[in-house]
Amino acid sequence: MSIHNPREEYGKVLLELARENRDIIALDADLCKSTMTCMIEEELPEQYVEMGIAEQNMLSVAAGLALTGKIPFANSFAIFLTSRAFDQIRQAICLSKLNVKIIGSSAGLSDFGDGSTHQTVEDVSIMRSIPNMTVISPCDAFQLKAAIKAMVKYKGPVYMRYTRSDMTDLTTETDGFEIGKVYKMCEGSDITVFATGIMVEMALNTAKKLKSEGISVRVVNVPTVKPLDRNAIIELSKDTGRVLTTEEHSIIGGLGSAVAEALRNERICIEFHGICDEYGQSSNEMQPLLDHYGLNENSIETKIIELLKK
Amino acid sequence: MPFKRKDKLPEREMNLNRRKLHKMKDYKELALKAYQIRKNILIAIGAGHKGHFGGSLSIAEIMATLYFYKMKHDPHNPGMADRDRFVLSKGHSSPGLYATLAEAGYFPKSDLPTLKNLGSHLQGHPDVLKTPGVEANTGSLGQGLSIGCGMAIGLKHNGLSSRVYVIIGDGEHGEGQIWEAMLFAPARKIDNLVAIVDKNNIQAMGPTCERMNTGDLVSKWRAMGWHTIEIDGHDVRQIAEAFDEAETIKGMPTAIIANTMKGKGVSFTENTAAYHNNSMNQELYNKAMQELDDKIASLSLTVHSEKSF
Repeated sequence: MSIHNPREEYGKVLLELARENRDIIALDADLCKSTMTCMIEEELPEQYVEMGIAEQNMLSVAAGLALTGKIPFANSFAIFLTSRAFDQIRQAICLSKLNVKIIGSSAGLSDFGDGSTHQTVEDVSIMRSIPNMTVISPCDAFQLKAAIKAMVKYKGPVYMRYTRSDMTDLTTETDGFEIGKVYKMCEGSDITVFATGIMVEMALNTAKKLKSEGISVRVVNVPTVKPLDRNAIIELSKDTGRVLTTEEHSIIGGLGSAVAEALRNERICIEFHGICDEYGQSSNEMQPLLDHYGLNENSIETKIIELLKK
Repeated sequence: MPFKRKDKLPEREMNLNRRKLHKMKDYKELALKAYQIRKNILIAIGAGHKGHFGGSLSIAEIMATLYFYKMKHDPHNPGMADRDRFVLSKGHSSPGLYATLAEAGYFPKSDLPTLKNLGSHLQGHPDVLKTPGVEANTGSLGQGLSIGCGMAIGLKHNGLSSRVYVIIGDGEHGEGQIWEAMLFAPARKIDNLVAIVDKNNIQAMGPTCERMNTGDLVSKWRAMGWHTIEIDGHDVRQIAEAFDEAETIKGMPTAIIANTMKGKGVSFTENTAAYHNNSMNQELYNKAMQELDDKIASLSLTVHSEKSF
């Protein structure tokens, strides 16, 4: 399977869209070579605003731009957008339903070296709680590109989180993307796994492995955590009767909580897989860090087997 | 944001308003407008209800000069693309904004007493989606100047010569984001932006110099790279001239440090933190109204309309 880097693909697709649509404006807070909006700065300087190291100002400036009909894309590491500038997002952007796109890179634990100050395992929870907000977490670089295209067409605030590292291609360049839809990645009858972001690939690998052991796992990719496709979640849960959610995020308030909310009136056995109310920490490599927090295929497998015993 | 007016004014009144709006350079008329705005502020808050009197009354002349002299706007077409924009960064002074918008004809004056009623379009703090003429949601202090920066960039990008006016409180300078925007606007050479500091020297809990001393704001704004003008914020001529001067400044934003008096216009609300957010009983309310009526009567008798007020 081939891989693509989501940051590079993001830069490419935003540039492509910005060439066609002069209203698209990229804003960046001194991280443009990391978020790859440097591609806009270089080719379309008129559509790039350097904000300096001032995320709060950036989100409010984005609000002002949206109030004049622009489609601002505010870029930084996910943590600095969703935590540092939470008030600006809540007060100006979401309260007025402004057409601001908030693109959080280095989400989850993916800024492994920088440690807990730069990692975010609460962003989905925080953003999901704000009325009018849409929350997107793509499973690969192709889906990220499709999501960016979809959010330009959608008028309203959107938060997207994505990982820093390369992602295996799980979708294709021609696959469509609709905000608010879930995508079945593989069919199974014993249990349904709802996964988002980098956990989709791990869930798929686990499903393949378990298939050879006679366990049939359905994997559903949930790239839009809000608004959640509630009817689809219920439909895809009912026949298996058992559900596991998996996310590179705290189990408080993220995908797991969203799915549990959707299934609150159903007789479904549900378990959560994610980070258990902890901060991240530094690691020289990503994999040992994921292993430390149990964000790996073994851990998903264990959860599934435990669930099937219930 | 596009709005649909529910109650259209009669055609004749509309035309009258339109004619007046951009032409009014009669300082006496502007001074009278400011006092009418003050009356509207009292009507909006009402007797026995808590409201932000102090910071609303202190900006009356600035608001009158913006909406009845300087700004290009149309109360009957609040979404007009090339309108100038106004952002009340100190959003708690919303009664001052609503009083002005009603006076200009954005909505009927009879809406004013519905302020903060459940279901009213007049929220405690300005709401873009609810009130015709409101341009930005503010209330969490420190954000309006940044929003204004974004608007100014967006308007230029749209090829418009529209200008953006933002009122900030002096106490509001306690918020760090104000200083982020103060650095940002000159760095990006945003010259269609005017920041007006309502320097009334009093914040919610007392004198600004005691709560969080903001010091010499003129030097500070100038040092940050703004074309900085200091004026008497109750003198409509000085206000109008400062706005005119700002329009001639290219390559940098303009800051107008307007020395004002908190609670200006009503004897017992002047220069005190007590009426930052407070209520008046019926007796005090009547007294305040009487004082404003008396002032309007004496202003009306003044002969020279070109003199400063």
